[in-house]
Amino acid sequence: MGRACLSPLTKADTTMENHFDVIVIGGGAAGLTAGIYLSRAKVNTLILNEGAVGGQMVLTHEIANYPGVENISGYELARNMKSQALNFGCKIRSNVKITSLALEDEIKKVTVNNKDVFTSNAVIIATGGKSRAIGAPGEDSFKGTGISYCATCDGDFFQDKEIIVVGGGNSALEEAVSLTRYASKVTIVHQFDYFQALEHYIEDAKNNEKINFVMESEIIEFIGDEKLRSVKIKNKSNGEISQKNIDGVFIFIGYVPNTESLEGIIELNKFKEILVDKDLMTNIPGVFAAGDSIQKKYRQVTTAVADGTIAALSAAEYVNNLKKEKTEPAVV
Amino acid sequence: MLRTNLKHVLSEKEHSELLNNNENVMICCGRMGPMCIPVYESMEELEGEYNNIKFADMEFDSPDAKVIRDLPECSSFAGLPFVVYYKNGKVVKATSSIQSRDQITEILDANFSK
Repeated sequence: MGRACLSPLTKADTTMENHFDVIVIGGGAAGLTAGIYLSRAKVNTLILNEGAVGGQMVLTHEIANYPGVENISGYELARNMKSQALNFGCKIRSNVKITSLALEDEIKKVTVNNKDVFTSNAVIIATGGKSRAIGAPGEDSFKGTGISYCATCDGDFFQDKEIIVVGGGNSALEEAVSLTRYASKVTIVHQFDYFQALEHYIEDAKNNEKINFVMESEIIEFIGDEKLRSVKIKNKSNGEISQKNIDGVFIFIGYVPNTESLEGIIELNKFKEILVDKDLMTNIPGVFAAGDSIQKKYRQVTTAVADGTIAALSAAEYVNNLKKEKTEPAVV
Repeated sequence: MLRTNLKHVLSEKEHSELLNNNENVMICCGRMGPMCIPVYESMEELEGEYNNIKFADMEFDSPDAKVIRDLPECSSFAGLPFVVYYKNGKVVKATSSIQSRDQITEILDANFSK
């Protein structure tokens, strides 16, 4: 999301066509669920999404623990949710750029692509998260030519090659083990002297003879020409820098919430996660938040779906109360 | 066959016909994977905005996809999808791995005048 700013609402902005009961920002599991619930309840709803619909869900090849569905790809689950929302009458605009947000007033205003203005009585923020990048020089240049964030997508390009996996959580260790099906050698580079992953992931990695570990270290530079050739690794305990020739680097160092543009507008914690109450309302009345961008411990499709449901029901109640206030005569 | 709403290029012959019959062509060669799907989705949306460009996909694992896999422009690629942009049958740009709609639009605008 682009940097949002507060901007005044003019009368011309609130046309019938562009006004909704609720605008949902984000089209991942939380946002689509909110869209399904709201539209089914005949609450006029628009989902605005900056990327492809499905969010982080699309990044999961196989979901085997979604209750009631034995096995489904993240893409298919996302596609089903999108179609369910559309069938209930939800409007969805994807691949838009949100250029301004005005949330303080009773009528909320969202501007996309610097020109189209949408207004609503309530907003649900479900902007999700994104893969954390290392931020070292060369990282952007070698994406797709040696650097990958998806083992199942790109693992087979590294048949009999030597690779590095960066990270120490569940994803890093699980993917390191899966990458040994292709790679001749996998080196796990991790910034701490311990892993944050669950014990069985650690055991699996330690018991795999193709995997070795470089602890308390980080990659500080990616080097190559038309493709990645080597990396510079810094040992964090003694400051020593070494250069290692490598064919590929897979990066799994967690996720960061997509809340940069909300700083100064909505209350966030020190991890930039949105603070919400039990109804998933933020510090601004009528502005709710759901999914991976809020403060919480567990980030799963199921928890995002639960958040989307709660935020939708809360937003619907908020909008209904607003409408009642406007139609009921004031008690003197 | 890829589950998209794009034109599917199923053979080397179809690939050649597509290039012969269209001045500007964008082909996304991939699988139904997380790095590929957002690119297909962007292309499906851009199809309505760029009438002068033919948008298509091709299954990366089909034998005939060697027309893309073996391109010299893709020789250093190690991330799906491989996306190739053609003007008058010649490759003008190729990218590897996921690209945002903005990045794709930038390439289209730079290489194919509307």
